[in-house]
Amino acid sequence: MSEQKNPGGSGENGRDGQEEAVPAQREDTGEVIGTRRGMFGADNGGDTSGYGGLVRTVRLPGESSRPYGGPAGTEGHGEFDEIADELEGALDEQGLVPGNVIEKTVVDRAELTFHIERGALPAVARILRDDPALRFELCTGVSGVHFPGDKGRELHAVYHLRSITHNRLIRLEVGVPDADPHVPSLVDVYPTNDWHERETYDFFGIVFDGHPALTRIMMPDDWQGFPQRKDYPLGGIPVEYKGARIPAPDQRRSYS
Amino acid sequence: MTTAPHSHSSDGPRTASDFDTEPSPARETTEGTVYNVSGGDWDEIAAAAVKSDDERIIVNMGPQHPSTHGVLRLILEIDGETVTEARCGIGYLHTGIEKNLEFRTWTQGTTFVTRMDYLTPFFNETAYCLAVEKLLGITADIPDRASVIRVMLMELNRMSSHLVAIATGGMELGATTIMIYGFRDRELILDIYELITGLRMNHAYIRPGGLAQDLPPGAVDQVREFVKKMRKNIGEYDKLATGNPVFKGRMEGIGYLDLAGCMATGATGPIVRSAGLPHDLRKTQPYCGYEDYDFEVPTADTCDSYGRFLIRLEEMRQSLRIVEQCLDRLAPGPVMVADKKIAWPAQLALGPDGLGNSLDHIKKIMGTSMEALIHHFKLVTEGFRVPPGQTYAAVESPKGELGVHAVSDGGTRPYRVHFRDPSFTNLQAMAAMCEGGQVADVIVAVASIDPVMGGVDR
Repeated sequence: MSEQKNPGGSGENGRDGQEEAVPAQREDTGEVIGTRRGMFGADNGGDTSGYGGLVRTVRLPGESSRPYGGPAGTEGHGEFDEIADELEGALDEQGLVPGNVIEKTVVDRAELTFHIERGALPAVARILRDDPALRFELCTGVSGVHFPGDKGRELHAVYHLRSITHNRLIRLEVGVPDADPHVPSLVDVYPTNDWHERETYDFFGIVFDGHPALTRIMMPDDWQGFPQRKDYPLGGIPVEYKGARIPAPDQRRSYS
Repeated sequence: MTTAPHSHSSDGPRTASDFDTEPSPARETTEGTVYNVSGGDWDEIAAAAVKSDDERIIVNMGPQHPSTHGVLRLILEIDGETVTEARCGIGYLHTGIEKNLEFRTWTQGTTFVTRMDYLTPFFNETAYCLAVEKLLGITADIPDRASVIRVMLMELNRMSSHLVAIATGGMELGATTIMIYGFRDRELILDIYELITGLRMNHAYIRPGGLAQDLPPGAVDQVREFVKKMRKNIGEYDKLATGNPVFKGRMEGIGYLDLAGCMATGATGPIVRSAGLPHDLRKTQPYCGYEDYDFEVPTADTCDSYGRFLIRLEEMRQSLRIVEQCLDRLAPGPVMVADKKIAWPAQLALGPDGLGNSLDHIKKIMGTSMEALIHHFKLVTEGFRVPPGQTYAAVESPKGELGVHAVSDGGTRPYRVHFRDPSFTNLQAMAAMCEGGQVADVIVAVASIDPVMGGVDR
């Protein structure tokens, strides 16, 4: 398992000949999100396996080129191309330059992702919702992802839009820097995003500008920090609620 | 805190200002400082309510109210008997499952996700496993038998979830008989779970790549028996409730949400189907081979709680049909992908101590094959690697679209798993359903949403 050049399993055969032993590398153009050293994730000298010197770059799937194909793994011009064409056409009509609005288009695992420039997100969402050829009526909320290694785009907001009319699903992704974690709110376009954006703010600290009441939703109102960021530890945090302080489980007094 | 002066004279009705709203102060004890639970901004709100001379008050219903489906806090602004504004307070059951997932292997994740919406464990597990399998690119390699058993368990689970929805919803109306009926039938389903997975809830039975183990002997017979029994029992709900004038009087026109409202609030499941849209992921985006099963998607055009009740009842009938088809379709075969780099743990069997590794397998890896031992150890402790990327997998849970956004960075642990839980999204529609109605109807509307706080808060 550990020495596997190609842990991607069955679908990745034929790539073993690559020079670099990188995990399931698709292309060298992918988005670099970090570097992994050693074999077992040990970073304090505990790796005695002999693989401690191994350095591998972690890349997310990179930009795709036309034709994008379709959801069933269609080769050639497919449904994804239709969506992209319609979106680009509609953006043109609104006087937006598709090349600036859509930073890149990724087709991976038969799913279509548009990386959107954050300022244009509400306009894109409105087009996707209202254009008769697109009609993505249902937004299934926003999910945050924290990539500390993706410099300048540490925080990603990921939206999945479902079209009931055309029976399609696409993904929008917006990357923002840690220092300026502002994304325009989509509550105007998709009111369902109200709680979802509050949740993402709560856990990742992404500020959704224009949200009617962006407050914490899961954690207590006075909680410090954003728990699902990668630099936030799991456990070990004393809980303070309404003035009372409860120590972390490992620091509570013992009754034995 | 500032209280309004006691300006009211003794004549006239008693108002809130006649009561002492001063919170008890914090006091020192030998155990440390003891704080009271009142105070905060609620004092100001209470004081503001005292000053206004109408009957407008703000009521906290929950988080410990017996009819709010767990620790849901409803904040209701009431003018007389009318709810003028309704908001939800959630987060009381937040357990950080999504964060915890990032610190365990992909396979161990099923143990967490099964605890999210604790009434629909098999849906959580399946949605998660479908996402992991999509990331691994092994969706097509899942054995048929595993998919059929997944579908069977999910449909049994749909029934047990709907039974709780109907039972507790009825109980909140004061109809305790329907509660007894619902939990009686749910018990039959939980017995099946117990036979198949060893547990009544929190199963972790569906694993990335297939199932933890095959069906035990006697499971098929018991499910067949149950289907026979349940066919008879479902009629009782009809007889008891469907035409019952009291039941209809409480439910009809309550919790109204039309199709536009459903789309705006993102409501799915029985709520959107009660607005007349036959949107069901099992039909539109089939997974686990649902395209091969014969069933219908019931809808209603009433947009209200009564329509949702009827839909749940009909969905249970359709689930019985699907379960029967599953039983006919079960062919012998493996229940885990052939890839030994993923099938984890390598060999499972029911041992004297419950679920564990089979003695034969232990004997082999300990006695004769060092390689197999290493492989087993690595797979169990480190887990398998998942190629970098992200995916979204969705299943139609009894409550609506249960989506999983899974991100991998190529490691052996999930980089990020986000659950789009239908209860969470649907609960947002509560305000639209309840405002302008009466307090008693809030209970009915919330019951028709059927939120499970384990899923809402995760």
